[in-house]
Amino acid sequence: MGSIAQIAYLISAVLFVSGIKKLSSPATARSGNARASLAMLVAIVTVLLDSRILDWTTVAAAVIAGAVVGGVLARTIQMTAMPQLVAVFNGFGGGASAAVAAAEFVRVEGSGASLGLGDGVTIVLSTLIGAVTFSGSLIAFGKLQGIVTGRPVTFPLQKTLNALLFAGIIVVGASLADAGIGGAVAPLFGATALDIGSPFFVALVVAALVLGALLVIPIGGADMPVVVSLLNSYSGLAAAATGFVLGNWILIIAGALVGASGLILTQLMCKAMNRSLGNVAFGAFGTEGQKARVKTGERPVRDVDAEQAAMILAYAGSVAVVPGYGLAVAQAQHELKKVCDLLEERGVTVRFGVHPVAGRMPGHMNVLLAEADVSYDKLLDLDDINAEFDSTDVVLVVGANDVVNPAARDPDSVIAGMPILDVDKARTVIVMKRSLSPGFAGIDNDLFYMENTLMFFGDAKDQMSELVREVREA
Amino acid sequence: MGELLIGLYIFVLATLAGREVISKVPPTLHTPLMSGANAISGIAIIGALVVTGGATSLWVKVLGTAGIVMATINVVGGFMVTDRMLQMFRKR
Repeated sequence: MGSIAQIAYLISAVLFVSGIKKLSSPATARSGNARASLAMLVAIVTVLLDSRILDWTTVAAAVIAGAVVGGVLARTIQMTAMPQLVAVFNGFGGGASAAVAAAEFVRVEGSGASLGLGDGVTIVLSTLIGAVTFSGSLIAFGKLQGIVTGRPVTFPLQKTLNALLFAGIIVVGASLADAGIGGAVAPLFGATALDIGSPFFVALVVAALVLGALLVIPIGGADMPVVVSLLNSYSGLAAAATGFVLGNWILIIAGALVGASGLILTQLMCKAMNRSLGNVAFGAFGTEGQKARVKTGERPVRDVDAEQAAMILAYAGSVAVVPGYGLAVAQAQHELKKVCDLLEERGVTVRFGVHPVAGRMPGHMNVLLAEADVSYDKLLDLDDINAEFDSTDVVLVVGANDVVNPAARDPDSVIAGMPILDVDKARTVIVMKRSLSPGFAGIDNDLFYMENTLMFFGDAKDQMSELVREVREA
Repeated sequence: MGELLIGLYIFVLATLAGREVISKVPPTLHTPLMSGANAISGIAIIGALVVTGGATSLWVKVLGTAGIVMATINVVGGFMVTDRMLQMFRKR
């Protein structure tokens, strides 16, 4: 690699970091993303000029094919389907890293040279992480898209199977990476160290793909924000590992940035649910058994119709809206925006309180509200909105449940300690919901039965349209 | 100092730098952050171009080309969809 190429990669790295830095405010974020894509362009041009490309036709065809597919997906995807798209892209990122590591393995094997320990370890790691990311992301995509059941899939000896698979991967990986271990293991399969390369590598890929799928299937739909974040982190680590294989620093730097980003988001999501990563990965939360224990509807609730709800909202001084995933499922965000516009025309202060796990990926609800044209300075996060509920007249909860359940303050509850939106501190709470059925945590919500709570039953979209009409007339 | 060790230095320092800048991204922008980071993980395209460009055997070429296609989907799709989202974040 020439020094000019190295300098170009350094410039690319600086652009990546400074581009991400601009994401710290919605006002500069778009130019930050443009800067990061410039960084990518610099790196791509550099590698094309710096390396010897034997077959330009194949390379160009592959780039064009990828660009067309990516471009069409990016333009046509609905914002509600963003988590699926990110899951698929994560998978492709991991898959690309694994493919590069595999190609490098084939090249070294084909040249007749033996892998050095360093190359061996990095190729094995890069293939492993990349393949796990690939299959895990595809399962996550399937779950989010509804192709694979969103419920946790568990079966007997699941953890044992995972552990055995992982142990197998270590043995196979070590045999590939280290000639000494390979020489010791090979006779067990009636082979010599020289013959085991290709079959062991294929076994490694297959085992890693199976492991990735097995790690994601036991995780329930509500935990998808954590899984998507974690896979995001893996896709970065896979790219960084590929950088080690090829001795290319820009891959290591960009991969490390993504790895760090995914890990931070994973931690934030776990914190927002007050659960450890281990509990998410192996807890199989929200199973049928938990739901069966809940008895709802035995306590009286007060309900309102659209006309009454409209009156309460229209004559309030301040309204806080708490949107949950149910809003996105019902596609009612545009109607919600209309209600808010009408309220603001009447002089009502309207703000939105968004819980970190509202939606299927971190920040998902904010994107859906931004799409509905809600100004971003009205989107408040957990701490900011919680400081405001005391002085809020009316809270309108739409399609959210566990994140507004005061049971989180009860140390004996299964959701004890989970950070919640303290909507019950407002003067009046209107909860728009289909029924009293529990959320993903599978427990009853005390909020529904409180003195200052009014239930507004029905489908979010229908009821929101009703509300638009009634507020207009109020 | 061996190449692996230099790589490790770079990896650790880049992770720390990443943690600093990323922890300042507000929750409102976490989805664009993730899809943008996603596009960046398509940096594997660099590796895919290197191996495909120098490929002399069929299998290396096949794997490398698959890598280019997947990484390009990731890069182009990731940056474009991030831009699409970010242009919706407006202040009124």
